[in-house]
Amino acid sequence: MADVKKEETRTAPAPAGAAGTPAIKTVNLSKRFGRTVALAGLSMTVPRGEVFGFLGPNGAGKTTSVKLLLGLLKPTSGEAWLLGRPIGDLNTRRRIGYLPELFRYQGWLSAREVLALHCELAPLPRSSWNDEITSALDTVGLTDRANDRVSTFSKGMQQRLGLAAALLGEPELVFLDEPTSALDPVGRHDVREIIRGLASRGTAVFLNSHLLSEVEQLCDRVAVVDHGRVIASGTMDELLSGTAVKVRVEGLDAAAKATLSSFGDLDDEGDQITFTRLEAERVPELVSAIVALGGRVFEVAPRHQTLEDRFLQLLDEEEK
Amino acid sequence: MPPVLVIARLTVQETSRRRLILALIILTLIVVGFSAWGFNKITTVTRSDGTPLPAQQVALITSQLLIVVTFMYSGVLALSAAVVAGPLISSEVESGMLLSMLARPLRRSEVVIGKWLGLAVLIAFYAAGSAFLELVAVDWATGYLPPHPVQLVLYVGAEGLVLLSLGLLLSTRLSGITGGVIALVAWLMGWIAGVVGDIGTGLQNQAIENVGVISHLVLPTDGLWRGAIYALEPDAFLATLRAAGTVARANPFAQVDPPPTSFLAWVALWFAIVLALSIWSFRTREI
Repeated sequence: MADVKKEETRTAPAPAGAAGTPAIKTVNLSKRFGRTVALAGLSMTVPRGEVFGFLGPNGAGKTTSVKLLLGLLKPTSGEAWLLGRPIGDLNTRRRIGYLPELFRYQGWLSAREVLALHCELAPLPRSSWNDEITSALDTVGLTDRANDRVSTFSKGMQQRLGLAAALLGEPELVFLDEPTSALDPVGRHDVREIIRGLASRGTAVFLNSHLLSEVEQLCDRVAVVDHGRVIASGTMDELLSGTAVKVRVEGLDAAAKATLSSFGDLDDEGDQITFTRLEAERVPELVSAIVALGGRVFEVAPRHQTLEDRFLQLLDEEEK
Repeated sequence: MPPVLVIARLTVQETSRRRLILALIILTLIVVGFSAWGFNKITTVTRSDGTPLPAQQVALITSQLLIVVTFMYSGVLALSAAVVAGPLISSEVESGMLLSMLARPLRRSEVVIGKWLGLAVLIAFYAAGSAFLELVAVDWATGYLPPHPVQLVLYVGAEGLVLLSLGLLLSTRLSGITGGVIALVAWLMGWIAGVVGDIGTGLQNQAIENVGVISHLVLPTDGLWRGAIYALEPDAFLATLRAAGTVARANPFAQVDPPPTSFLAWVALWFAIVLALSIWSFRTREI
C-alpha cells in the first residue's frame, strides 16, 4: 500500500542489480471495491523473459491485477514490484508495454501519430521514433494504414494498433490483456507469433486471456485465479501432469453418471463424458464400471490433460 | 517536450481536428459581420429635425450595444468552455483512452494541467481574437473604441477560464454530460445571483446584496463579467451612473466601479484551489 503512494514520483533508473529480480512479484496484493473483494491476497512471481499466462473466469480479478500492477488502481493492502521496483514507480513504466482490455486510441490521429505520441510519452529518443514506429506497424501488419485516421479503423485494427504501441521501445515487460479479443483467426495467429518473438528476445509477457488453447501454446508458466486469489500456478508441465479420458457412451442416466464421479471430476456433455484427471491405468476399471451401470461404450480416448481440462477441474474443485 | 505540454498540444490538436476551432472562427466572422452592419446603422439614425446624431450620443448608444454583444461573446465562450471541459477527462476514462497513456511515465497531475493548459490557450486566443475583430468592426462602423480593450479581453478570457476549470474539476469524477450541464447551470445561477445582488444594492438590503457577493466568491464568472462591463463603459457614461447613485448600481449591464483588487486576488486563489482539487480528485480516482 505504501508503495502506491509513490505513484507520483519519478525516481532514478533502477539499479543494475535489479536486472536479476523477477519481472513481477506480488505479496498478498488485495483490492476491495466497497464490500466487493476483487483481489484477495495475490502472491506470485513472474520470472524475467518468460511468457506468463494469467487465467481465470470472468470477474476473477485478472484485469484488476493488471491495473494494480500498472498503478492505475491502488491496492487495499499488500505489496508488489515490477522489474525490481515498487509498483507506481514512474521510471519503471519506461520499460513496460501495455495493451489494455478496453483499448481505444485517439480517433482524430493517424496510426503513426498515435505511436509517435506513445514514443513521446515513453519517452524514447526522438531519433529512434521513425524506426520504432515503422517496425511496430510492420510487426502488427498496419504499415498500409499508417497514415489513416484511427477513427476509420475496425476494432481488430485498433487492437493491432494497441499492440504496436505496447511494443514500442523494446520493453522488458509487456502486459497483454485479452490481446486477441477483437481479432480474426489470422490476427490471433499473428499475435501468437509476436508473443513468441517477444519471448525470444527476452521480454517477459504477462498474458491475460480466456483462450486457453492460446495460453497453452504460448506460456511457460501460468497462474489460475478465481474469486480474487490464485488457486493454482506453476509451469505448464507441473500443471498438466495428469491424463484426461474422453468416453463416448450411451445409456447412462444422471444417477449412473453421479456414481462415476468416484473416478474424479468429470465434464458431462451428454453422450460425451470427459474425466479431466484420470490415471491411464484406471481406464479398464472405468469401462467395466460404465458397462456394469448399463452404459454402451462407443469410444474411449485417453489423452494428455489440456489446459482447459485442468482449468475446469480447478474451478470445479473451488466450487466444492 | 515535457509531458504536460504534450497533453496540452494533444488537447489543442483534438479541438482543431474535430473542427471546433473552424466552427468558432466561422460563427465569429458571421457575428462580426452582422454586428458591423448593425453598428453602422446607428450612425445613420437622425433626430426629428433630420440632423444626424451627435458623436457623443452615437458613442453612448454604441457602448451600450457593445456591452450586449460582448455578453453574447462571453456566453459563447462560457458555453464552449463548459461543454468542452465537461468530458475532457471523464470521456477518456470511460472509453479507456487514458489507460494506455497512464501506463507510461505520465503523472495524473500532468494530464490535468496539460488539458487545462491546452484549452486555456484556445480560450485566450478566442477571447483576444474575437474581441479584436469585433472592436475593429465597431471602430470601422462608428469610430468608437471602448476605453479599456485589453482589460476587456482579460476579464472575458478569465470568465471562460473559470468555466473551463469548473468543468475540468467535475470531469475528474462525473460523466461529460453531467459535468457540462452542472457547469452551465452554475454559470447561469452565478449571473442570476449577481442580478439579485444588484437588486439588493438598489433596495439597500444587505441580505439580498450578500447573495451577489457570495456568488462572486463561489463562482467568480459574474464578478469578472462586471469587470468586462466596466472596461466597455466610456467616462461620460460612468459619470452619469455615479451621479445617479445606488439606482444605477442595480443594473446587470452597468458597472460603476472596477472589480476590487481583493476580488482579483481571490480569483487567482480560486484558480489555484480548483486546479489543486482537480489534481487531487483525478489522482485518487481509480480507473
